Amino acid sequence: MSRGEALETGPATVAPAAAATTPAAAAREDAEVRATRGAFGRLLRSELRLVLGRRRTQLLVLLLALVPVLVGTIVRATVDSAFSGQGPGFIERVSGNGLFLVVTALFLCLPLLLPLGVSIAAADAVAGEASAGTLRYLLVVPVGRGRLLAAKAIAALTLVVVAIALVTAAALVTGWVYFGYGDLDLLSGQSVSAAAGFARMLGVAGYVALSLTGLLAVGLFFSTLTEVPIGVIAATVVVSILSNVLDSLPQVEAIHPFLLSHHWFDFAEFLRAEVSWSLLGQGLLVQLAWVAVFGSLAWARFTTADITS
Amino acid sequence: MTPTATRPDGALDGGAVGAPVVRSEGLTKRFRNGQVAVDGIDLEVPRGAVYGFLGPNGSGKTTTIRMLLGLVQATAGRAWLLGEPMPDGGARVLPRVGALVEGPAFQPYLSGRANLERLDAVDASAPRRTSARRIGDALERVGLAAAARKPYRQYSLGMKQRLGLAAALLRPRELLVLDEPTNGLDPQGTREVRHLVRELAGEGATILVSSHLLSEIDQVCTHVGVMRQGRLLVQGPRDALGTADAAQVVVTTEPGSLAQARETFARLGLEETAVDGEVVAARLGAVALADVAPALVAAGVPVLGLEIRRPTLEDLFVELTGQGFDVSG
Ligand SMILES: Nc1ncnc2c1ncn2[C@@H]1O[C@H](COP(=O)(O)OP(=O)(O)O)[C@@H](O)[C@H]1O
Ligand SMILES: [Mg+2]
Repeated sequence: MSRGEALETGPATVAPAAAATTPAAAAREDAEVRATRGAFGRLLRSELRLVLGRRRTQLLVLLLALVPVLVGTIVRATVDSAFSGQGPGFIERVSGNGLFLVVTALFLCLPLLLPLGVSIAAADAVAGEASAGTLRYLLVVPVGRGRLLAAKAIAALTLVVVAIALVTAAALVTGWVYFGYGDLDLLSGQSVSAAAGFARMLGVAGYVALSLTGLLAVGLFFSTLTEVPIGVIAATVVVSILSNVLDSLPQVEAIHPFLLSHHWFDFAEFLRAEVSWSLLGQGLLVQLAWVAVFGSLAWARFTTADITS
Repeated sequence: MTPTATRPDGALDGGAVGAPVVRSEGLTKRFRNGQVAVDGIDLEVPRGAVYGFLGPNGSGKTTTIRMLLGLVQATAGRAWLLGEPMPDGGARVLPRVGALVEGPAFQPYLSGRANLERLDAVDASAPRRTSARRIGDALERVGLAAAARKPYRQYSLGMKQRLGLAAALLRPRELLVLDEPTNGLDPQGTREVRHLVRELAGEGATILVSSHLLSEIDQVCTHVGVMRQGRLLVQGPRDALGTADAAQVVVTTEPGSLAQARETFARLGLEETAVDGEVVAARLGAVALADVAPALVAAGVPVLGLEIRRPTLEDLFVELTGQGFDVSG
């Protein structure tokens, strides 16, 4: 039985242990399991309210969503100037087709801003709660440590998904208003309809969100190690930068396929006529491995840690 | 496992009559830096007691409480709450335990009420249906109803402490563990906390209340345990500790009668008689208090004042340790 399982309230009554095997007892256990599920939903909703309701977080997400608005506005303003079509990534295609603003915005956010957002979400989840001293009060309520960590991981992931969704939405709206949508010219030269292009952009956003799960797990593990949230943010951002640096060094080519960020920019697959699902699958598999390893570490640490804050 | 199971040692669950509500055996905590914060203590808090858990700053009270509640793992020894072993029995037993640990802590940007809603939502065994009412009652009880919608960060220290108490009272509790509940409160707030403790005890709850201020606790507790440098120096019923024969009788009289009063005391069998200004003091010992005044009157000593002084916990502590109640490393 897990620590957090729902229990009957009030003084326990005494009955032979064998009673647990009777149908009535089994039915009650079923009811308890159901109650536990309901209770986890309640815990998760409360956690989501806290995470999504935090002013600082809302402001950060809003700033992130301003990136496509800003880029779109700059492209629009310089469309007839000498700078037209210059810049990183897919920016030269934006003025021709507003849909490209989605890839452009995510391309610009992926190296630093999104990892920073992931780090903040991870830092707030456990270390933030420890530094505020609220962790000890949650645990003596009581709530099972594994359950609490699971709820916090889901809430942090939700925050990341919401942030990416808002960036995508802001890019779609800005792109449509400034440049309109048209048939999407793929990297390989062919083109697909605007509707298919729209769907591909959603694919890009979804892949980027899933690509960040490994880093989130790393951040959550760091978060269970300390009660200093800013330390977690710094360490997690450093991990993502380090991963990008290593990925750019041919000397360590052997480890490239296992790096957190190696497959991050494979979202460009969605812009090819033949999307290489195996490549995208590899990218997601790498994320899954990082989530498994660091999720387990976070769980092992958090379920045994002394809470002294 | 169902809640109807028996304990591994064969004893019945939970509320067996007479079983201590809090118990520990050789409970020890050595932190990773080598500091032994708690050093093999055997606590025993009987049902219905108001147990004053006393000791200077740094003597290991909070660490003990953290171990009892399952926040910190003991290096050695065992602990039970309401008959359940901790920390393994936490899910079963903690819903019946309200706790304040090392001061209140809440989300600063949520209101007092939203903070309590959060704690209640986390509680898998709390009936959701009654949540709003229970939260309202708890806020009412600590006098925070009017400020319930204010963000926590705007609360004064006293209001924060009250919200901490409200959180401990969200559900009916059999045991309340209150770590320094009067910290940071003004004298009025301290009195209110004492009143609340008495009230809760009156309703049948057992209360473990820690303090580094002996005088704040002296007046409410039925039992005391005194910590010093991680060790439990002494514990037991309050009255048994401040033993009756340690009480002093002090008589105020006219300067000319001091010697006579002193002789009378000696004749009665009082010990450690001392004259100080216009008063004569002596240890009461086994002498009945009722005999003192008549004897003085019979000897012609004008009794201007007669007072009985029981040793305070402070006196007791000094007696036990030969030292003052100072911070220990
Ligand atoms: N996390 C920790 N790491 C190392 N030492 C600690 C830690 N927490 C407390 N201590 C030490 O343990 C001792 C007891 O502290 P504590 O239980 O907080 O005492 P009290 O509550 O009686 O003031 C102190 O000397 C303190 O410095
Ligand atoms: Mg303390």
